[in-house]
Amino acid sequence: MKPGPYYQRDRQWQPPALTPDYKTSVSRSPQYSMISLETTVSEITGPVFGHNDIDPIDKDLLSNYAKPGESPIGERIILHGRVLDENAKPVPNTLLEIWQANAGGRYRHKKDTYLAPIDPNFGGCGRTLTDENGYYAFRTVKPGAYPWRNWVNNWRPAHVHISIFGSAFAQRLITQCYFEGDPLIAKCPIVNSIPDPDAVDQLVARLDLNSTIPLDTITYKFDIVLRGRRSTLFENRPEGN
Amino acid sequence: MRQTLDYLKETPSQTAGPYVHIGLAPGAAGFDIYAQELGHDIAGPNAKGERIRVEGGVIDGMGSPIKDVLLEAWQANADGIYAHPEHLGEVEDGFRGWGRVIPDFETGNWTFETVKPGAVTDLNGRQMAPHISLWIVARGINVGLQTRLYFSDEAAANATDPVLNLIEWERRRATLIAERTDSDGTPVYRFDIKLQGEDETVFFDI
Ligand SMILES: [Fe+2]
Repeated sequence: MKPGPYYQRDRQWQPPALTPDYKTSVSRSPQYSMISLETTVSEITGPVFGHNDIDPIDKDLLSNYAKPGESPIGERIILHGRVLDENAKPVPNTLLEIWQANAGGRYRHKKDTYLAPIDPNFGGCGRTLTDENGYYAFRTVKPGAYPWRNWVNNWRPAHVHISIFGSAFAQRLITQCYFEGDPLIAKCPIVNSIPDPDAVDQLVARLDLNSTIPLDTITYKFDIVLRGRRSTLFENRPEGN
Repeated sequence: MRQTLDYLKETPSQTAGPYVHIGLAPGAAGFDIYAQELGHDIAGPNAKGERIRVEGGVIDGMGSPIKDVLLEAWQANADGIYAHPEHLGEVEDGFRGWGRVIPDFETGNWTFETVKPGAVTDLNGRQMAPHISLWIVARGINVGLQTRLYFSDEAAANATDPVLNLIEWERRRATLIAERTDSDGTPVYRFDIKLQGEDETVFFDI
């Protein structure tokens, strides 16, 4: 069996480009229809990363920016899970990059001016490769909620931004991971850009008490699904017929 | 037993937000954390072919440049080979064909240097004109936008490119052609990406 094109993205599951309650989308959403086509070789390929590209400490946000002997303020958590494709096959050796606010809800970015303080021991980014079973784990602090300009009183639920490559440019994805039980999730116009409640639920990490390290670190589990691809015994119909 | 389909659903996308640089280009966000940042060098030192520079901006529906955008470029080498195990052929040592493009936060203008890719033979044997795939994320963009940059000095190849030819409106194909100028030394291609308006750039669901 030969691996073929990637399954089309389910555009009724993914958020549409125009979601007026998230105001910035209004002037940044294309208005003409996208041109749909099957993945070509330019999209079934994509960059390949290896252990020479990153360092083991990059996945530990508790220590990757902290001064020796110190650590960031906040609730210590492990965020872990697997990267699978839509065929439920693990995606091994793929690069994950995360970024987040600190426990007070402040980002280390020259454009963030929120009054919560910068944590001198917290950079707020990390990266790792999945193992041969598609498994990944980060150690960090639970991010704080923060206000943002949309309506006058919008607060983002606690979230971690996640970027994933997969093995094809067609699989490239950025998403956000939320935390079970957060009342701000349901009120967020960015979350609610996703029309289907089951799809929203897929972005909510679950408390994983079995993986928690007693007296040390609480664990949340967040599995990620990338686009899958067809494999077939039959040759494709040549295009244009 | 009732038949069921066991597919999983793709994780929904969410906007990269205004602080995407912290995660993907912390140096641009204003701090130094990794021994090496990824995506600074698309072609590497040993790549054959013509060295080029691409300049552009991503423009919103009000005509303003998007200053918090991040783009990723993905391209074949000068021989039309991708640095990926599924594409047969060799690439030069150090050629990844992938890079990240960050604008000047004050103006929104960005630029990147690479080599001009060659024509690419698709899996079905058809030739695609030289192109660079671009993926665009920013605050306000819910799902990363995919488009392609083609080259103005490849008119013959562009005319038969199977992807450009899928665009029913010939006038819109022009939105994917970067305009070449040769002034001093390195050729420069200008590529402005318009998210809305009459000359909205073509985006692909691919
Ligand atoms: Fe955020």
